[in-house]
Amino acid sequence: MIGGGIDTGTRIVGPDVDFLAIGPVLALAVAALVVILVRAILRKRGPVNQISLGVGLAGVAAAGVLLGIQWNEVRDDGTITTIAGAVRLDTFGVFLGVVVLAATAMSLFLAASYLEREELEAPEYYALMLLSAAGMLTMTTANDLIVVFVALELLSIPLYVLAAFDRRRLSSQESGIKYFVLGAFSSAVFLYGIALTYGATGTTSLTGIADFLSANTLFEQGTLLAGLALLLVGLGFKVAAVPFHMWTPDVYQGAPTPVTAFMSSATKAAGFAALLRLLGVAFPLYRTDWRPAILGLAVLSLAVGSIAAVIQTDVKRILAYSSIAHAGYILIGLQVDTARGRQASLFYLLVYAFMTVGAFAVITVATRKGDDKHSLDDYRGLALRRPVVGGLLGFFVLAQAGVPLTGGFVVKLEIFSSAVDAGEYGLAIVGVLAAVVAAFIYLRIAVALFTSPGGEAADASEDRPVDRWTAAVLAVTTAAVLFAGILPGAWLTFAKDATFL
Amino acid sequence: MTTVLFFVFAAAALGGALGVVLSRNPVHSALWLVQTLLSVAVFFLLQDAELVAAVQVIVYAGAIVVLFIFVIMLLGVDRHESLEDPVKVQRPAAIALGALVLAEIVFLAGHEWATGARTARGAPIEGGTGAFADYNNIERVAHVMFIDYMWAFQITAGLLVVAVVGAIVLARRSGERPEGQEPGTPAPERAGPESGSGQRPDDAAVEEPVGEGAT
Repeated sequence: MIGGGIDTGTRIVGPDVDFLAIGPVLALAVAALVVILVRAILRKRGPVNQISLGVGLAGVAAAGVLLGIQWNEVRDDGTITTIAGAVRLDTFGVFLGVVVLAATAMSLFLAASYLEREELEAPEYYALMLLSAAGMLTMTTANDLIVVFVALELLSIPLYVLAAFDRRRLSSQESGIKYFVLGAFSSAVFLYGIALTYGATGTTSLTGIADFLSANTLFEQGTLLAGLALLLVGLGFKVAAVPFHMWTPDVYQGAPTPVTAFMSSATKAAGFAALLRLLGVAFPLYRTDWRPAILGLAVLSLAVGSIAAVIQTDVKRILAYSSIAHAGYILIGLQVDTARGRQASLFYLLVYAFMTVGAFAVITVATRKGDDKHSLDDYRGLALRRPVVGGLLGFFVLAQAGVPLTGGFVVKLEIFSSAVDAGEYGLAIVGVLAAVVAAFIYLRIAVALFTSPGGEAADASEDRPVDRWTAAVLAVTTAAVLFAGILPGAWLTFAKDATFL
Repeated sequence: MTTVLFFVFAAAALGGALGVVLSRNPVHSALWLVQTLLSVAVFFLLQDAELVAAVQVIVYAGAIVVLFIFVIMLLGVDRHESLEDPVKVQRPAAIALGALVLAEIVFLAGHEWATGARTARGAPIEGGTGAFADYNNIERVAHVMFIDYMWAFQITAGLLVVAVVGAIVLARRSGERPEGQEPGTPAPERAGPESGSGQRPDDAAVEEPVGEGAT
């Protein structure tokens, strides 16, 4: 030891670290750093983009392999808690890690061609997206409110930058600044919630909070309940639940479309990971207090998400509102607070990731130059002019509406039947009504796709060819959504194995 | 000894604070601020809070004042600053609120306990409690930072990387291509009135030129 005359001793001994548990996070972070290094060292533009995409995909693949090993490990040997209780690796965390990683991989694919044609800086984009995904994976296994908070920042801050990435478009800048201001505000609210919860329980560990609450009875509930409420606000913002959804349409519309795909799928999964863990691990004893709050969030999200979508005319905004409504369905599964409900929510998150990435994948190639012509009129007659592209958009839109034989139908069915199982008939009815209202707007998109534009004839020469990266994403998402709709058994088992908290 | 130190540095802190407010030159104000911050660091040392003292010197006296001076230099030192308040109520409101805070502190200092912690009049806490009983305060901070919250502390590094990359991405002049293309020579498709601001021709019609003029 260097101590010399000072008594340093050896009293500070670092905690045990299970590197398997944090392996996927490290893989993504290392990939991001390598991308930055490559960008700094190599000068030629073309190879840099190729190499950084390759490094990024390699990182995602490595993380995927590690997640597979983790899954077998924790399913057979049970939960792993490591790094002084800050990381809790269980099947639940691995499952949502898989959702996040799948969404990340597909978003990287989408970005590959998008960045090239919009002439944007590719390596920085990949690095930021990988770091954001690392934050999301941290979030899915976080067992401490401080870790949840840092992970929340690590996943959000790259997204603020990515939303504003296409700085030549004013709407992208607006999207970034709006997301940043509101996101920073919601982070502050979340942090205040942590402070109050810590004040009431004396710990920031999720399992520690649960232990404290089961061993002690609080005479004054005010501080803890206020803390819990603020935590719900912070996470409600991230998953875009009403009334914390105001940013969603503008940000989704303005952000580059691959970023929107990433935000709507991966961020939602990470946000729900924290929400499920918070409610299920830390506050199971307070279920009578938080269930009404979640009920309110779910009903409002369903109502606003479905009804407000009807008056929109921009396809990206419609999908933004529909993502709000989807958050409402997922919240139903949380609200019923049964194993079945959680299973349905997890299943929904998995399938929704494919549905929404698929829809946004079509959007990246459907319109002509730029990324700001997404009104319904621009899509009119798309399926007549380009049957495959238009047909696929119609498919994903109908899947989101919940048409049978698609994954969207099965997930909604699961959510509703879990609500009925738990005796929450009212909630199930609200959900069905919202689905009916939302079906109207989805059908409106589908009809627009198949009606002739009339007036000026569309110039087919300006149409963008579907490149192979996007084609791969479309193939995967279509297969996944169909597979989930026709043979949901395997997916349901996967989700069921992940519902132990 | 402690008392002497306290009064010397109390005078220095107050003198520095007055200097900040009364100096005409903003650079002098910033330097007076250093004096106040260093004096406060000495108070922390007198309270056995070595780590806070070190942080006070490194973060406040070091980084933040440098940042102040940086901004002052950036905006131009010799520019005449108008001391007129744009909002008239600001000054009386500031005086009233300042007086209120002072009264609050004096009131709380007269009590043994305030907000659950001991005040200047309360009995000092010896040692501490529980597992930390024989740790000094740097060891306690180390324990929290490198054991209890090590994972959170580590992933903060990721945040720093994001901050650097994000700042560069957003601050770089839009459309600038540092590699393969000479700066200042617009690519053929960018030629025209908007050249250099990186606008695509079809965007120029619907958007204000941005990015170039902002800096």
